[in-house]
Amino acid sequence: MQETVNKVFAGPVEDFPIKISKEVVTGDLKLAVFRLSEDEFYTIKNECPHKKGPLVEGMISGQHVFCPLHNWKIDVTDGQVQAPDEGCVQTYRTEVVGKNVFVTI
Amino acid sequence: MKKLVLIGNGMAGVRTIEEILKKDTESWEITIFGSEPYPNYNRILLSSVLQGDSSVDDIVLNDFDWYTKHGIILHSGDEVQRVDTEKQVVYSSKGVEASYDKLIFATGSDPFMLPVDGADKEGVIAFRDIKDCEEMISTSKKYKKAVVIGGGLLGLEAARGLLNLNMEVDVVHIHNYLMERQLDEPAAGMLQEELEKQGMNFLMEKETLKIRGKKRASGLLFKDGSSVEADLVVMAVGIKPNVSLARETGLEVERAIVVDDYMQTSAPNVYAVGECVQHREMVYGLVAPLYEQGKVLAEHVTGEKEPKGYEGTLLYTQLKVSGVDVFSAGEFTDKADTKAIRVHDEFEGLYKKVVVRDNKVIGSVLFGDTSDSPRLLDMMKSGQDISEMNKVAILPSEERGENLESPVIAMADTETICGCNGVCKGDITAAIKDQELSSVQEVTQNTNAGRSCGGCKPLVSDLLEHTLGEAFSEADQKQPVCACTTHTHEEVQAEIKSKKLTLVREVMNVMGWENEEGCPSCRPAINYYIGLFWPEEAEDDANSRFINERVHANIQNDGTFSVVPRMYGGVTNPEELRKIADTADKYNVKMVKVTGGQRLDLLGVNKEDLPKIWEDLDMPSGHAYGKAVRTVKTCVGQDFCRFGTQDSIQMGIDIEKKFQGLQTPHKVKMAVSACPRNCAESGIKDIGVVGLQGAWEMYVGGNGGVDLRGGDLLCTVHTDEELMEMIGAYMQYYRETARYLERTSHWLERVGLDHVKSILVEDAEQRRELNSRVETALSTFNEPWQQIIESGKIKQDYYEVKVTS
Repeated sequence: MQETVNKVFAGPVEDFPIKISKEVVTGDLKLAVFRLSEDEFYTIKNECPHKKGPLVEGMISGQHVFCPLHNWKIDVTDGQVQAPDEGCVQTYRTEVVGKNVFVTI
Repeated sequence: MKKLVLIGNGMAGVRTIEEILKKDTESWEITIFGSEPYPNYNRILLSSVLQGDSSVDDIVLNDFDWYTKHGIILHSGDEVQRVDTEKQVVYSSKGVEASYDKLIFATGSDPFMLPVDGADKEGVIAFRDIKDCEEMISTSKKYKKAVVIGGGLLGLEAARGLLNLNMEVDVVHIHNYLMERQLDEPAAGMLQEELEKQGMNFLMEKETLKIRGKKRASGLLFKDGSSVEADLVVMAVGIKPNVSLARETGLEVERAIVVDDYMQTSAPNVYAVGECVQHREMVYGLVAPLYEQGKVLAEHVTGEKEPKGYEGTLLYTQLKVSGVDVFSAGEFTDKADTKAIRVHDEFEGLYKKVVVRDNKVIGSVLFGDTSDSPRLLDMMKSGQDISEMNKVAILPSEERGENLESPVIAMADTETICGCNGVCKGDITAAIKDQELSSVQEVTQNTNAGRSCGGCKPLVSDLLEHTLGEAFSEADQKQPVCACTTHTHEEVQAEIKSKKLTLVREVMNVMGWENEEGCPSCRPAINYYIGLFWPEEAEDDANSRFINERVHANIQNDGTFSVVPRMYGGVTNPEELRKIADTADKYNVKMVKVTGGQRLDLLGVNKEDLPKIWEDLDMPSGHAYGKAVRTVKTCVGQDFCRFGTQDSIQMGIDIEKKFQGLQTPHKVKMAVSACPRNCAESGIKDIGVVGLQGAWEMYVGGNGGVDLRGGDLLCTVHTDEELMEMIGAYMQYYRETARYLERTSHWLERVGLDHVKSILVEDAEQRRELNSRVETALSTFNEPWQQIIESGKIKQDYYEVKVTS
């Protein structure tokens, strides 16, 4: 069996405002792409492990996003849910190639 | 040295000596005679020796060393046979002569042995001293069947002890219910049921006629002709004061040795204390009154100035049988001039009765839960007048009474405190201890309790206070905005105002935020305060707003949004309704719902469709998502209603048009009703207006949410202009002095209605200034939906979803 690795084009860099998250949908998969600074991009699944809240709508504080439904705090760099809650969100490799953002799914 | 002789080495007498030694160790040469070969021991705990919980050594109160140390001459196992009150000398059975300056009789009492045929046989004993205990223990090793005569306190404790010694136990009682001197019938019934479960067998309403047997007892015959077998018969029918020596000495004796309030007998320098005493017609058999007597006597003998004397004791009892909680005090039987408060829970096995006469608690019986007993005793002793009290609150264990401890203290560790997040008491106390938490906020952060509706925060606060004790109040006095900083809301407000800070990041920088990025608690608060103090200079920080305020719609549990267009005063028209219906169809809205604020809510809209829907609706935002002025509900008023006294609809529309979109610390809901029937529910609104003939009443601080609160009447005004001015001033004063996310109801409770009145109603100057400031804030209002429709950049940044393949 060969695992398929797929690199998708999320959009040009300028479409991603700093410290605002943007939803990227590819097939059935919904992603939340975070641009924390000029060239710092992270992507996690756009679904809180708690009640599937859309993390793309969360308030961003540093490298954390707070789920809009029940305020779970998630580290966007590694997908880890912060205490007192527990869990993790799938993370995806995100890279800037030239002026474009790509996510590996 | 003066000579003091004590006859009787029991609890009351020796306690009196202790009291004397506390006051004066120098003046007395003390001699004690005691018939038992033991030092002073705790007779009350004999039942626990019998029940196997204590050994004889455990219950000794003063060991032999104590006597030596205090220079007390103890003649144990020796009885005084004769007293010469003229020469002031006592003579013992072993030939000891002792002269005295003061003599104390503390001869106690003897068990009352029924004068029935056969009572002198072997195997018939009392339950009074260590010897009796020892005999029961040795009998239990050879014999099987015990009968206790007497279903009182002592009898039941003996019976329980015999059960522990693996004997079969019958309890014979002459009355139709147990412990009739301490309990009423319902409590006694519950007690009997419990003891039967423990293995006791009861023979009620039986009068013993004879004890059968040859040398040793073998059974009992009752008056009704029935009989029962017995290897051991324990008589526990009562005690009789031991007064034979006193009588021979010539002291005045009735039922017991008669004493005055200073425990003096009829003979000079002769006193009496304890169970052998009759004081004001009362003979006591319980320890508390005996100790009180001993104290008074010691005061008197040591010559303390005019001691108050002994005035009798309120009697109370607690039965010491494991697994049964029984308490009884005072006058507990119903009489013609008494009334009672009763709780009788047969499911839980609880019975509580409080007897009241002339508005004072005079007696009580508790079964199953005696935790109320200290408080009830207090009320009885202090003679507290309960006419003003809620009678049910007198027995508050189940329900929280006023001024009593928080219900959280009585909760089990497994009970849920935060229903929203499913956090139980044990989780919170553990977190408080392990994580050294000291504020409600920290508890919320660590456990989630109070993180949702917040309704449990008072409980959490009580629990913190209870867990931390005094440390709590100090810790909580200064409540920071959030964990990112130690600054309070007030400090942040002052800093923004005085330094003219207009950026969220700037505030966090200047004030040295520990978490320099802030969090969803502090950033929206700072953003609000900046807009409040610098309405014309501030640039709103959308990223410091919660999603609903950022995208001007309400997020739903599935990630879709809801759209509530503004309908001033809750009034719409066919054209508007058609537009709404068409739009709902076009965007496949999942549901159209009438809201609590008299609006229409389009539910289930995708985020990227929001600007398009708004454009199609061509209606202003209803601000249903914001910490802002929301809706003004109205009733139909004088236009249509036959009761209406005012034009509530027009008033509501005017208020809503003027204040729409105004940013406030928390949402502000309003209502205008045209008469006191209050169809718009003005009584539970942040600002509720009620029309009267020629006047408007303005109610404030109402809330129909988590903490239901009826509004307070702020003022009554006579013109629409005055009303509008008052609302403007109130709104601005709330905006300026409330903490972010503090509803008007909580704010009003905090600052006080009278204070608000003094600013708004009584001070025309302040009212004008507040209005001028609110006008400035209102002048910056921009209808948000239109703004977004017109701005491609905002649409792209906040509403775009990228779809890729």
